[in-house]
Amino acid sequence: MTTATLFGLCSSALVGLGLFGVIVDPHPLRKILAFNLLGSGVFLLFGVVARRGAAAGLGGDPVPQALVITGIVVAFAATALAVALVLRLFEPEAGNAVESEATSAGLEVDGGRS
Amino acid sequence: MSVAAVTATTEGYLLVLAIMWPVAGILVALVVNGRNIERVAYIVLPIGFAIATAVVMAVAQGGQSQIYVVGGWAPPLGVALRADGISAAMMMTTAMVICATGLFARGEFVQPAEGPEARAPYVFWILLFSIWSALNALVLGSDLFNLYVALELLTFAAVPLVCLKGQKETIEAALRYMLFALIGSVLYLLGAVMIYGLYGTLDIGLLSGRVRAEPATWIAAALMTVGLLAKTALFPLHLWLPPAHAGAPAPGSAILSALVVKGSFFLIVRIWFDAMPGHLSFAAAQLLAALGAGAILVGSVLALRQQRLKLMIAYSTIAQLGYLFFIFPLATGFAAGIVWSGLAWTGSWMQLFSHAFAKAAMFMAAGLIAEALGHDRIADLGGIGRKLPITMFAFALSGLSLIGVPPSGGFVAKWLLLIATINEGQWWWAAVIVVGGLLAGGYIFMVLGRLLADPLSPLVIRGAVSRSRELVALSLAVCAVLLGLVPLQPSDFLRIGR
Repeated sequence: MTTATLFGLCSSALVGLGLFGVIVDPHPLRKILAFNLLGSGVFLLFGVVARRGAAAGLGGDPVPQALVITGIVVAFAATALAVALVLRLFEPEAGNAVESEATSAGLEVDGGRS
Repeated sequence: MSVAAVTATTEGYLLVLAIMWPVAGILVALVVNGRNIERVAYIVLPIGFAIATAVVMAVAQGGQSQIYVVGGWAPPLGVALRADGISAAMMMTTAMVICATGLFARGEFVQPAEGPEARAPYVFWILLFSIWSALNALVLGSDLFNLYVALELLTFAAVPLVCLKGQKETIEAALRYMLFALIGSVLYLLGAVMIYGLYGTLDIGLLSGRVRAEPATWIAAALMTVGLLAKTALFPLHLWLPPAHAGAPAPGSAILSALVVKGSFFLIVRIWFDAMPGHLSFAAAQLLAALGAGAILVGSVLALRQQRLKLMIAYSTIAQLGYLFFIFPLATGFAAGIVWSGLAWTGSWMQLFSHAFAKAAMFMAAGLIAEALGHDRIADLGGIGRKLPITMFAFALSGLSLIGVPPSGGFVAKWLLLIATINEGQWWWAAVIVVGGLLAGGYIFMVLGRLLADPLSPLVIRGAVSRSRELVALSLAVCAVLLGLVPLQPSDFLRIGR
């Protein structure tokens, strides 16, 4: 088994775990964490693609490495925005009605401030 | 798309301007005092509109795509921006709806005359500029990864728009939208990296010459498509849309429903018609159209069951988005002897544009009704036509376009699609289009029927509605109707660049 295959398998495992978590887990914060796991799997795949050198048969392809930096920044920004929303959702002023209304959007909010 | 044509055209710089101009507006807005941000908008909106017009003129006069090669590096090493007929038309629609929304929002998002600055008006304008820039980047990009970044910019600007007012329900709706969008974008990125691994390029023009029919390509394309479907809110991935679009403030709903969901649809078309032409199988196209048909039927029936006006309009968006997906079986040209069906192509784009105008007008009208009455319960709207005649006229005109009553834009779109179903021998979609029109008639007349009815208790108007804002909604509705006056034939403009 080559290194590329090994890391490719790792990346698919991460993608699978992340996808499972993001769909099945009801808690918003856990969903965001699962999204990050899924994202890491995709980023690892970028590394595998770079290693295989798809473009012009190069030994190590620099393009996916350049792309993955942008990808990480975007995923970071997405996580920050989503976490900010979760924090706002559990803020004390908004939180008075949490118990009664939380299930209306299908999001389970069992933990108070996350 | 020809591979050789990756040199910049003379007016290509306009494409960079179209993306960068709203960003420049954001940067200035961050510097100036929050009370001056509206003045910044008065400069950004008309000039942005002029840029979009210039791009349309350049594409129409040249009769070919306008291209800009960023930094002079040709693909696959660099990134190209490309405006073909459909991108120019999308840019124009975007510019019109955004400028109209800017005018409409003047009454809703103003800084209080005294006291500390409010945050919502400030953020609204910045989000509006961001959405404009992201949409332009999305329709002009020709690199799958660049398109991913544009898609994310669009999401990041659209999600806060949902919860601008900060109530708990809207934050919940925004979070739900965000989670759907995140799954969608990461699946798209996974597909894109697989494409790069297979073919060593992400440029759409180069890909069209390189893609081979093999399982890995199909998996990559399927991942990208499913991710984008989640963002387009196609049935059954529509669950996030009604609370998000109904919960946003009226100008926000108008932008979200008219433009934002169309962005990801545009990208699906780019993938299947430009990056992988001829690789969409009959079965896959039927599946996409079947989901569209499901959206039409389920969305319309749910719209009929709504008690609140804004939710009804949001469900109607789900239904109207369904029609767009008939482009896949009908425009690919599966019928023997027809290479490419221009009828369905034009029909689908007409549906997109007329829905953009009609739905923006309708959400604005709903916003004005809610402002005037303090509620938007459909059952208590009796006699509203006497109190808000212009608003209700706008609502009715846009409603007629959604149903597909001639001579509206919605009629032309649905008629072209109907003819295409017959030409292509796929009559079963014709049945769905007709039933969808009837159901749309049902939910529109549910409201129109109360226009002139005698109210059970006299209607109390809480606040005067600004005449200029009513006229903005009306002019958008008139745009949706005027689209219907274009000739009933495949449009040459929409075929430029293919």
